[in-house]
Amino acid sequence: MGILDKHAILERNATLLLIGSFLVVTVGGIVEIAPLFYLENTIEKVEGMRPYSPLELAGRNIYIREGCYACHSQMIRPFRDEVERYGHYSLAAESMYDHPFQWGSKRTGPDLARVGNRYSNEWHVQHLTEPRDVVPESMMPSYAFLKSKPLPVKDFATHLKANAAVGVPYSQDMIDNADADLRAQADPTVDTSGIEGRYPKARIGDFDGNPQAITEMDALVAYLQMLGTLVDFKTYDEAGSDR
Amino acid sequence: MKYGSAIIGTGIAAFFALLAAGLAKDELFASHMGILVIVLIGAVVVLMRQTSFTPQPAVDMSAYMDGPIRYGVIATVFWCVVGLLVGVVIALQLAYPDLNVEPFLSFGRVRPLHTSAVVFAFGGNALIATSFYVVQRTSRARLFGGDLAWFVFWGYQLFIVMAATGYLLGITQGREYAEPEWYVDLWLTIVWVCYLIVFLGTILRRKEPHIYVANWFYLSFIVTVAMLHIVNNLAVPVSITGSKSYSAFAGVQDALTQWWYGHNAVGFFLTAGFLGMMYYFVPKQANRPVYSYRLSIIHFWALIFLYIWAGPHHLHYTALPDWAQTLGMVFSIMLWMPSWGGMINGLMTLSGAWDKIRTDPIIRMMVAAIAFYGMSTFEGPMMSIKAVNSLSHYTDWTIGHVHSGALGWVGMITFGAVYFLVPKLWNRERLYSVRMVTWHFWFATLGLVVYAAVMWVSGIQQGLMWREYDQQGFLVYSFAETVEAMHLYYVVRALGGALYLIGGLIMAWNVTMTILGYQRDEQEIGGAVPAPQAAE
Repeated sequence: MGILDKHAILERNATLLLIGSFLVVTVGGIVEIAPLFYLENTIEKVEGMRPYSPLELAGRNIYIREGCYACHSQMIRPFRDEVERYGHYSLAAESMYDHPFQWGSKRTGPDLARVGNRYSNEWHVQHLTEPRDVVPESMMPSYAFLKSKPLPVKDFATHLKANAAVGVPYSQDMIDNADADLRAQADPTVDTSGIEGRYPKARIGDFDGNPQAITEMDALVAYLQMLGTLVDFKTYDEAGSDR
Repeated sequence: MKYGSAIIGTGIAAFFALLAAGLAKDELFASHMGILVIVLIGAVVVLMRQTSFTPQPAVDMSAYMDGPIRYGVIATVFWCVVGLLVGVVIALQLAYPDLNVEPFLSFGRVRPLHTSAVVFAFGGNALIATSFYVVQRTSRARLFGGDLAWFVFWGYQLFIVMAATGYLLGITQGREYAEPEWYVDLWLTIVWVCYLIVFLGTILRRKEPHIYVANWFYLSFIVTVAMLHIVNNLAVPVSITGSKSYSAFAGVQDALTQWWYGHNAVGFFLTAGFLGMMYYFVPKQANRPVYSYRLSIIHFWALIFLYIWAGPHHLHYTALPDWAQTLGMVFSIMLWMPSWGGMINGLMTLSGAWDKIRTDPIIRMMVAAIAFYGMSTFEGPMMSIKAVNSLSHYTDWTIGHVHSGALGWVGMITFGAVYFLVPKLWNRERLYSVRMVTWHFWFATLGLVVYAAVMWVSGIQQGLMWREYDQQGFLVYSFAETVEAMHLYYVVRALGGALYLIGGLIMAWNVTMTILGYQRDEQEIGGAVPAPQAAE
């Protein structure tokens, strides 16, 4: 009587088979995923990370809506060629407020983890409007419609609240001023002292070349321009962050 | 009244959808609910046209319930053609970017339509239909739950339609293969639990003492997909009348949860479920018993245990901690063994019936499916080795690997099952044309080989170009140059996909004509056996 003969017990009892196979498939996930939530060295200690400003978050939602992750990664691997091409390899801390993460799995286009501040706003607008005007080899679709699509500036606090509910440290001050901050970041004519205090390093100004309206293009470019710019690598202790 | 409760239920649902559209917090949700209203009202109209008030004959409880299976087979063939067509379109978009039509038909929105149409619409319908067929035959019992099986079928189609229209509108969670937003996810959860009830209920009322091996695989597929779906889609919606939600997890935890889900969508949706298919249809078509009962036990438990661990190999060299990456790699390599155990069990089932490869194109399709299963389950563990992955990750090599599994294994085993099922479900003597199955086989195989080979070359080439240094220590290629180098490969890839699509269209024609009751006048395959020659 080998152990395999005892299998007949499971084969005759659907409930046992169901429970047995369910228990077997839970093990791997528990061992691999659960520790990530409590092992303290999973996320490095860094200076400079802050939640997305309302305009950046709105831009990020457009990035997700258009499925940019299907062709662009946001995860630089620690290889010489990638670090030379894109900048310092990505840290776990840099996506700690990303719900969901957008690391991507395919580079049909280049990595965008540190695209922020690399090109001018004008370049981004031109590139998103007609990619082959600035990169002749590009196979990226055109996103010209973003320029004419107004960004709804209403009840944006609900987005911040939903993020706060899943753990992003948005303060009450940030939530109360969500709509005002959204407007202020894209409109250089209003008082911007509030947003500068709440979201350090936020890039402020008209992004899409049309100061009269806040469009989806403003939001997307604002998001692209801040990617990978928050962490202060001068204070980052690489040796102390072994994982 | 016939369809009475269905009409009332759908009507009430349409009313609530209209209400949701009216109270929508964002325009995308309003449009999406508008689509839902149209679909549901359409369903009510169709149901009311077919209703009748004459008393219905009592259901014969001793007979098998094949209605949802017939619809499921038709849906499988339909979504197969749709999914492949969309695949060819996006392949062409990559070769000729002017084919992108903003905003609704740009690559980023259509690509999830392709993956979902193939995996969930084509694959999912094939799994639901075949599992309902297999569980009844191997349990000698009618489907449990009465019309619940119909709800599973139509509810699942509604899920597909809502997911697909959502992508084109721009409603997405931005998680690969889990793109549908929270309310569509909730709907799928309801449908899936009903699916489990129908399947498990049928097993529980079986008249056979043993549960057949195919049902182990189907059962674990249904249960595991439920677990993966629920955990990976945990999210907080911005408003209950809004389309947007934010994932419960962030960054590194979110990434591993997603790929734990993503890899096991492959492992359980596209592997375990289809292995269930293999364990029933290959022995039936070959008219041979399964090669080894003991191997099937080991194969089953090892496969479902090991698969779950393999997710981190999608995150090699990322910000995921090294220990998790290494664990994922080790288990991915171990996974090679049960995978090939399954392959051997499937192939060796043909012992004593190998001659049928020559005469029976359906067996040929199944054998090719198992062979491609073997190839992609070797390639997968190889690509999960960190050194190999450092080259292959982010390139087309991954795309090629996925397609050799999806087109080769999932596609071919499903085609075999469809060709087996259609004459039986519609009481036809045989298919409209057996020779057309041969044509389908060769178009599919050729298309697949072209596709996979081109993606190997383009993927490895681009990966090497990215890391190419000159003698002074500078990077040789700009990113744009590596993109330009892909153009020809992308044209040929679209060609490979088109060949596979032609095969799918041949199947659609063949299946349609069989259902309509036609038989093509043709010679049997392999009818003439060459006379043996005397040895010198």
